[in-house]
This record gives sequence, structure tokens and C-alpha cells, in this order.
Amino acid sequence: MKDRAVLVIGGGVAGMQAAFDLAEAGIKVCLVERTLSIGGRMAQLDKTFPTNDCAICILAPKMMDCYRHENIEVLTLSEVTAIEGEIGSFKVKIRRKPRFVDEAKCNGCGDCARVCPMGILNKFDMDLRVRSGAYIPFMQAVPLIYALDRDKCMRCGLCEAVCGKDAIRYDQKPEIVERNVSAIIVAIGFDPLDPSGLTEYGYGRYDNVITALEFERLICAAGPTGGHVIRKDGKEVKRIAWIQCVGARDTRDNRPYCCSVCCMHATKEAILTKEHYPEAATFVLYTDLRCFGKGFQEYVNRAEDDYEVKYIRGKPGEIREKENKNLEIFYSPSSDRVEKLEVDMVVLSTALIPSEGVEALAEILGTELDKYKFFKLKDSYNPTETTRAGIFVAGYCQAPRDIPECIAHGSATASRAMEVVLGGSYDRRA
Amino acid sequence: MTEELRIGVFICHCGINIGGVVDVPAVVEYASTLENVVHAERNLYTCSSDGLESIKSAINEYELNRVVVASCTPRTHEPLFRATCEEAGLNRYLFEFVNIRDQCSWVHMHELEKATEKAKDLVRMGVAKAALLEPLEELTSEVTPSAVVIGAGISGMTAALSIAKNGFHVHLIEKKREMGGMLRRLYKLYPTEELAAEFLEQRIKAVEEHERVELHLSASIKAVEGYVGKFKVILDENGAEKSIDTGVIIVATGAKEFEPEGLYEYDGEKVITQLQLEEKLKRGDSKLDGIENVVMIQCAGARGEVVGYCSKICCMNAIKNAKLIKEANPDINVFIAHNELQAYGEEYELYYRDAKKAGVRFLRFPLERRPKVIKSEGKLVVDVFHERLQMNIPLEADLVVLSVPLVQNPDAEKLSKMLKVPLGQDKFFFEAHVKLRPVDFATDGIFLCGTAQGPKDIEESISQGYAAASRATIPLAKGYVSSEAIISSVDEAICVGCGICESVCPYGAVEVVETEEGRRAKVTGVKCKGCGTCGSSCIKRAIKMHHFTDEQLIAQERTALVTEEVVS
Ligand SMILES: Cc1cc2nc3c(=O)[nH]c(=O)nc-3n(C[C@H](O)[C@H](O)[C@H](O)COP(=O)(O)OP(=O)(O)OC[C@H]3O[C@@H](n4cnc5c(N)ncnc54)[C@H](O)[C@@H]3O)c2cc1C
Ligand SMILES: Cc1cc2nc3c(=O)[nH]c(=O)nc-3n(C[C@H](O)[C@H](O)[C@H](O)COP(=O)(O)OP(=O)(O)OC[C@H]3O[C@@H](n4cnc5c(N)ncnc54)[C@H](O)[C@@H]3O)c2cc1C
Ligand code: SF4
Ligand code: SF4
Repeated sequence: MKDRAVLVIGGGVAGMQAAFDLAEAGIKVCLVERTLSIGGRMAQLDKTFPTNDCAICILAPKMMDCYRHENIEVLTLSEVTAIEGEIGSFKVKIRRKPRFVDEAKCNGCGDCARVCPMGILNKFDMDLRVRSGAYIPFMQAVPLIYALDRDKCMRCGLCEAVCGKDAIRYDQKPEIVERNVSAIIVAIGFDPLDPSGLTEYGYGRYDNVITALEFERLICAAGPTGGHVIRKDGKEVKRIAWIQCVGARDTRDNRPYCCSVCCMHATKEAILTKEHYPEAATFVLYTDLRCFGKGFQEYVNRAEDDYEVKYIRGKPGEIREKENKNLEIFYSPSSDRVEKLEVDMVVLSTALIPSEGVEALAEILGTELDKYKFFKLKDSYNPTETTRAGIFVAGYCQAPRDIPECIAHGSATASRAMEVVLGGSYDRRA
Repeated sequence: MTEELRIGVFICHCGINIGGVVDVPAVVEYASTLENVVHAERNLYTCSSDGLESIKSAINEYELNRVVVASCTPRTHEPLFRATCEEAGLNRYLFEFVNIRDQCSWVHMHELEKATEKAKDLVRMGVAKAALLEPLEELTSEVTPSAVVIGAGISGMTAALSIAKNGFHVHLIEKKREMGGMLRRLYKLYPTEELAAEFLEQRIKAVEEHERVELHLSASIKAVEGYVGKFKVILDENGAEKSIDTGVIIVATGAKEFEPEGLYEYDGEKVITQLQLEEKLKRGDSKLDGIENVVMIQCAGARGEVVGYCSKICCMNAIKNAKLIKEANPDINVFIAHNELQAYGEEYELYYRDAKKAGVRFLRFPLERRPKVIKSEGKLVVDVFHERLQMNIPLEADLVVLSVPLVQNPDAEKLSKMLKVPLGQDKFFFEAHVKLRPVDFATDGIFLCGTAQGPKDIEESISQGYAAASRATIPLAKGYVSSEAIISSVDEAICVGCGICESVCPYGAVEVVETEEGRRAKVTGVKCKGCGTCGSSCIKRAIKMHHFTDEQLIAQERTALVTEEVVS
């Protein structure tokens, strides 16, 4: 008997779409997500280019559809630790970290979070907001089950005392579970590059140089500042510049590739800034504007014509911080000139790199990575299959792509997995 | 309705989320005074298993035939409560949700009394609607277990083969005599530089050899009828008419190259398009004998010149052809005059660097000052305004190659009308949702992939081909489609057949048909999504939007305006 089940690793848009399609076709799916909630990076975004749809508003129903699906088992706080077998019959070991909360009992009321005295920076908010030790990463988290941060917890007992459902479990232990599947889909996404090492931009040294993902949290109405783009000194921005290709298209650290989404997300962020602060001046400093997708050129036109976003060709050689914490950007617009642009905030469109832990996972799966640590393909032009039969790859971890491309890619790998499970096309015993 | 109404009301504290603001016991007491309410209770968490058990036992004990829950949001919890009612033997649509968390305790967090009053109002309205609820059933309809794919380019071939491998019969319909689409005309492919013909050969073979793919070459679509699960596609295949029953349809009809008639001195000989160049190179003319200077002009006709969009592939395509020419004959000077360069993603940036290394020269012009081609005495000069140097550079050319965008096929409009699926402003087929549903149409059972949706390279066309296969396999694998229970229906006695509903329905679910009584609107249940657009636009009020009927909504509105004293 074939195992009519598929493992999906990573619960971002790509992984969720793959899981959802398979489940709809009647195939059992185990969706393994490392963090507390599915949703991936898209959940962190404010709006999405080029339609300016609110990201979490359109994502949350998808997250619920996935989680509630009778054919999908979502395992959060989980990672794959070993696989055996081959296409048609993989045996997978999954390590489930403890939440320290009884998943079956917690109903997400949040009473524990309100009494917990701890203050810990929230990674989901790019460390820009303090959460308590009993927490969910964000309001719309799925599953809506709280967790205790036992690294920091002092076991004061307050949450246990207040929880009306008796769900707190200080002594929960990690668990190993096993699943048998016919095929595996990897969709572990990306991490933003930490730009501290690129000293010319001053990230980490200058108060008002931030990354684009930090900006997404700031401009988000549900974010740490309630949607106000404010500097460290509490002042709202008046002049703000985006710097493109930070660490990308750059041979220094073996990152010559283009991340494909940053020209458009900077355009979006500039438009959103103008919507919040019509008086603000916005600049995008870029090398080549990658405006190739459906509706992208039109979006850029709108940014220029309706929102007065100023696009400047030029990559800064240096940024200096002034005494008032404003920033001077030096760039060269033509061969014989160096210009200076003064702003009160700089947003870095940093390179997006394969997720932390990708090498370890590739090792466990027995799949190859390419020289930038994206999953390597078996055949060029066919972006669905890794170097190991029965293991497919979806989303940003294969190569840069935006949300709709990740969704199409998620569906694409679902069809490849259906070929195995429904069609038995690779199953030697079928 | 003759049965006695017995309504049960359940009010949730949600820990302190609601209970900390709204005086829940007071709302319960109030609810129990309302007409038809035979039972009211409060729960610490109505959604917990205790709470759900309590709903079920109350349905039995008090013989409830309507249930109202006042708690958080239907967005997350309605399916759960509906299922609970069903478990206790009550039709799931005899349930009404009242949101007193978002609408009371959250927004009126600092106005405790008002929050409580509003909760009472909302519960009263919910009870009023519940009294008029009717049981509803979801419709299911069988699915013909086969697929039709229109267009046998690389995306359509990919989709067809994957559906076949998933275990279903596929009809692959191609208007030309052969499969392959645009790739048939190309020389080599970026970024691998393999021959397009070789790339196609093995893939065409795989499609031809698969037992579940039925090819229809030299075939065109004459008509399409039906709906998801039960489409009928009428073909003209080599002059003979054929009818195909199918469950799903995929549109993979590709795109064509824009013809730059009247632009840049285009003549098809000295000034040609990239596709014409490919055909030249393919014919074995890769040395381009007698040619010393080649100038390629990017965005010819694109990005605001004729069409508004960027065509995504023409930069890479120019880089490819420039590099191939340069490598085959290093003495030829090859220039690419461009504005932005779309060398996106993981591999293309490197390919661009390789082309530079091979000696291809890149000049950037501002979009407001596109290059000019000047033809005099048989000589060609391309005048490029160099952005960085801020000066004009005249380039002599023996061959000018225009990188023109992909545009929609002229017959796509006809197809879009037959299928009742839309084209966008850019004339490409328009998907159901730009962000979330890239290969679905809003109409169930019809999908799209490849350059029919917009310009894209081979890899992305293949990705979308597989994606469309996945989406299309879902109803085939299920064997049935189920429609919403909450749909609209037409009262034929009132309907005058004006057709307003037909014109506003975004899903093509209402159609005006001839009946014995004359023209009348008719709703196809499985197509209807229950959006209510038709109901609200019908001037004769002939359309009933189930679960949101005029009577139900009016009853709710009336009670909203009535004060507490009058009710009790
Ligand atoms: C600042 C910014 C703005 C953007 N704006 C837009 C926009 O407006 N529109 C748009 O289309 N795109 C935008 N993007 C791009 C978009 O975020 C990505 O295309 C998309 O999120 C990628 O989806 P994914 O599912 O491949 O990966 P992710 O969203 O990264 O999801 C991967 C998931 O896998 C999990 N995971 C990682 N490793 C493991 C492991 N070992 N085991 C188990 N789980 C694991 C992660 O926790 C995560 O949940 C933006 C990107 C950035 C950085
Ligand atoms: C000059 C040029 C060079 C290119 N070079 C490259 C390259 O090197 N690398 C790369 O990755 N991409 C390249 N591309 C892009 C590539 O051609 C497309 O990605 C690919 O062809 C898209 O495939 P498709 O199946 O979507 O459409 P198409 O290839 O256009 O196929 C569509 C098929 O549908 C058929 N059809 C249309 N209408 C109907 C109808 N009504 N009924 C029945 N059949 C119909 C057509 O006859 C055709 O066979 C190039 C494009 C051009 C124009
Ligand atoms: S891909 Fe390049 S040539 Fe084509 S329209 Fe876009 S920018 Fe212009
Ligand atoms: S309710 Fe909506 S989907 Fe149904 S027929 Fe009316 S307009 Fe169409």
C-alpha cells in the first residue's frame, strides 16, 4: 500500500498552498512549521504590491482554511530531524518542541499573557515590540494557542493561576513523532540579511537606518507603533529614502543574484508612506528597477505620478549620520558627480537569503543546494523537483519569487506530489 | 412555518475578553425575555468542549430548533458552531452568530454600560433573524473525470501531462498542426543555451506517448457550455465537428510578439524583431555574414510607448541573442540600448554579467528619451541618449533588433467570451485574484497558465502549468463539486426577465432563459457563490438571497430600531 500522505515543510504561503491543494484532492498532509504560527513572512507585511491588499487580511482566511482542513495536520514548533526510505514510502521523524501549554485546552483567550510580568522582544515584530513570556507572535496567529517562553520564564506561577482552562504545562517535554508519506515538499522560505556587516550603510550604528522588514512592521496599523513611522527620538519621518540591493547583486559575499521583490516592496513602502504622510518626501535609490511582473510598471507609474515618489539611479557609496541623527547619503548619479541627499530615515532593502538551518535540513533530506544555498533542481526549467526523487521544492527557498509566484509554485509542487500519490507514477511497487 | 419556534441563546464570556467589559449575566437575563427564546445561558468559553457539549444538550433538553451564539467572530468560529448544531441533529443553517467581542467589548472597552446595551441590541437582532431562518442544503454535482487544455505550448503541455500522470484523461487542443507554441520558432534558450528544438523534442514525445493524453491538433473551439464538472466543449478539428464532455478547462493559449509597425523604421529586414532574429539564427545564419554592428533597442513598444507594461522576458532574450552573436563572431559589435534591465532572480543576473564579459556593450537611455533610428541612403544610425554621460551617442548599425513585448493573441477575446472569463486592461487573461489566485479564474472549474496570463519565461510557464494541473485535478479527484448552501433563487412569477442580474453576477451564475411564461432569470446553483449582488440589484425583488432574505434582514433592522420596553 502506498502512503496516501504528503509532508510539507514550512508553513509560509508556498507551503500552505501546496498543503491546501493536496488536502482538497483528498490527500492527507502533515504540515510542519518551525515557529508558533503558520503564515510565514507574508504575515509580517503590511500591504502587498501591486494591489495594496492588506497582507494579513487576505492571508488569515487562508491560514484558517489550512488549519481547519480535515486532511491537514499542522504541527507547529516542529522540525524534521530524520527521514528514511524513498519516494512512495518515506518515514519521517519530527521533533515537536514543547509549547508549555496544553494545545487541546487553550482557547486563545490570552489571560496568561496579560498577567505574565516578563518583557521580551517579539521576533515577529522584528524586535520592535515587547511581548510577555506567555504569548502568541501576532493577533491572527494560527493556531490561536499561547506558548510560554521557558528560556526566560521564572515560573512565577501567575499564568498557571489565572488560566481558566488549566492549560499551563511547565514541564512539557519535547516529543518525537513519526509520519509515513509518499512525497515531501520543502517550502522553508527566506530570511532577510542582517546588514550590519555592510558598514557603508551604518545599520546598527546609526539610529535611523532600518531594514525594509522593520519598516513593514512600523507602517502596519497593528504593528508596534500603531502604524506611525517614527524615529528612535520619537519624531515622525519627513524625508525618507530606500536603498536597493543592499547586499544583493553584490559579488562581495557571493550574493550576485537579484532578490526579485525589493524594487517593488520599496515602491509599495514609499506609496504607503505618502498615504500616511502626504507631506513627506520619499526617495528610492536603485540600480535597475525590476518592474517585470503583472501590473508592476503601472504601479511604478502611479508611485511617480500620483505619489511623487522620486526614483534616483545611484548606489550610495557612504552614509553619514549628522548630529541631529539625520542621514547624509552620498551617491553618484553620473560619472563626474557625487551628490548628497539628506533624509531623516533610511530603509535598507536588504538581500533575502535562504532560511537559517537550510543546510542542516538539506543534509537530513539528502538533497543538494546550489552555491547560494537555494535548493538545487533536478532539471533546469522545471522548478519543482529537487535532486532527490520524491522531494519537491516550493517558494522562495528554491529561488527568489513574489507571493503570487510562490502560490503558483506551491500548487505546482502539489501536482507533482499528486503524480506520486494519485497516479503512482514513480511508485515502483504500484 | 407551522412548527413552534424554540430559540436557545448562548452568551460567551470569552474569559475576560468579553466578560471583562460586557455584563454577560445581564445580557443572558435580557435574552431570556425575548420572544421565542426558551433557553438562555452563559459560558466561560462557548467554543471549548464544555461549551459545545452544553449547546448540544440544550438542543435536546429544550427541543431547540434555532440556536444563537453571541461571542467572538464568525470568521473563525461559525463553522465550529454550525457543526455542533448539526451533531445535535439541527440543520446547520438554523444557527445565527452575534459578534459581541469585536463589536462590543473591543471597540467599547472603556464604555462598559454602552457595551452591554449594544450587546443586548445585537442579541435581540440576532434572535429576530433566527426566528426566520430556514434549513438549507449544500448541493453536490458529479464531475466528468477528464480535462480539456487549450493550447499546446510548453505551459499547456506541462499541465496536460501532469493531469494525465495524476490519473485523468486529458484532451489537449491545439490550433496549429504541431505542439510547442512559441518555442518552435526559437533558436537557443536562456539561460542554458540549449537548442529550443531539442528542448521541445523530448517533451513533445512524453506528451504524445502518454496513454491518457488525447491530442486534438489543427483544432479550434467553437462553443463552450455548462459549468464546473459538466462542461461541453465543441471543437472544429480538421473541419470535423466534435463534442467533448469535460469536468475542467485550462486556458494555455500563450501570447504573440508585438508587431512594431511604424516604429523605429521597422522593415523586417534591416530593422527586425527579436523573434525574427531568432528565426534568422535558427536558419543557421548565426555568423550574420557581412554584419559588423548590431544594435538592440529594448522596450520597443513597451512600458508606455504602445503598451503600458514591461514584458519581463525581452531583456533576457536580448542579452541571450547578443551574447550568442558575440560568441559566434567576436568581431561583430553588439550594443544593447536599454532603460532598466530585467535580469531578475537567481540566474539571470549572472547571465547578464557573462554577456558583458563576452563583450556585449550596454548603454542606458532614460525612458523619456528613447533611441531614434535614422535611415539615410541605405545606412542605419541609432541615436542613443546616454543617461550617465548625458549626451547623444550615434551608433552605426547594419542590423537593428527591436525587443518588443509579448501581447495577447487576437482571437483571445473570442475565447474569453465563449468561456465567460475576463481579460484585463493589458488584454491578458485576468486571474481570480492577483495575489492569491494566480492560476484560477473567478469561475469555478476554469484555470489558466503560461503567457496567456502575462509575459513570463519558460520556467515560470512550467511552474504555472503544473499549478493549473493541481487546481484542475482537485475536482477530478474529488469526483464531485459542492456548492454553497447560501445561494440565490429566482421567483419566476415575479421575474420579468430584464437581465440586470445576469449582467452583474461576477460568476456567470444567472442567465435569462426562455420559459413557457416568457423570459425568466435562472440561477445555476453550483456556480453561485452567494455574494448577493443579483439580489440587491433586482428591481422587481424577484431574487431571494437565501440566509439573507429580505424578510430576515428587515426583521433584524426593525428590531434594531425598537426600544427595549416595546419588545418586552
Ligand atoms: C520587506 C519585504 C516586503 C515584501 N513585500 C511583498 C509584497 O508586497 N508582495 C509580494 O508579492 N511579495 C512581497 N515580499 C516577498 C514575500 O514575502 C515572499 O515572496 C513570500 O513570503 C515567500 O513565501 P514562502 O512561503 O516561500 O516563504 P516564507 O514566507 O519565508 O515561509 C517559510 C516558512 O517556513 C518556515 N520554516 C523555515 N525553516 C523551517 C524549517 N527548517 N522547518 C520548518 N519550517 C521552517 C518559516 O518559519 C516560515 O513560516 C516581500 C518581502 C520582504 C522581505
Ligand atoms: C523571441 C522570444 C524569445 C524567447 N526566448 C526565451 C528563452 O530563451 N528562455 C525562456 O525561458 N523564455 C523565452 N521566451 C518566452 C517563452 O517563449 C514563453 O515563456 C513560452 O513560450 C510560453 O509558453 P506558453 O505555453 O504559455 O505559450 P505559447 O508558447 O505561446 O503556446 C501557446 C499555444 O497555444 C496555441 N493556441 C493559441 N490560441 C489557441 C486557441 N484559441 N485554440 C487552440 N490553441 C491555441 C498556440 O498555437 C500555441 O501552440 C521567449 C519569447 C520570445 C517571444
Ligand atoms: S523586459 Fe526589458 S525590454 Fe522588455 S519591456 Fe521590460 S524592461 Fe523593456
Ligand atoms: S448571489 Fe451572486 S453569485 Fe449568486 S447568482 Fe446572485 S450575483 Fe451570482
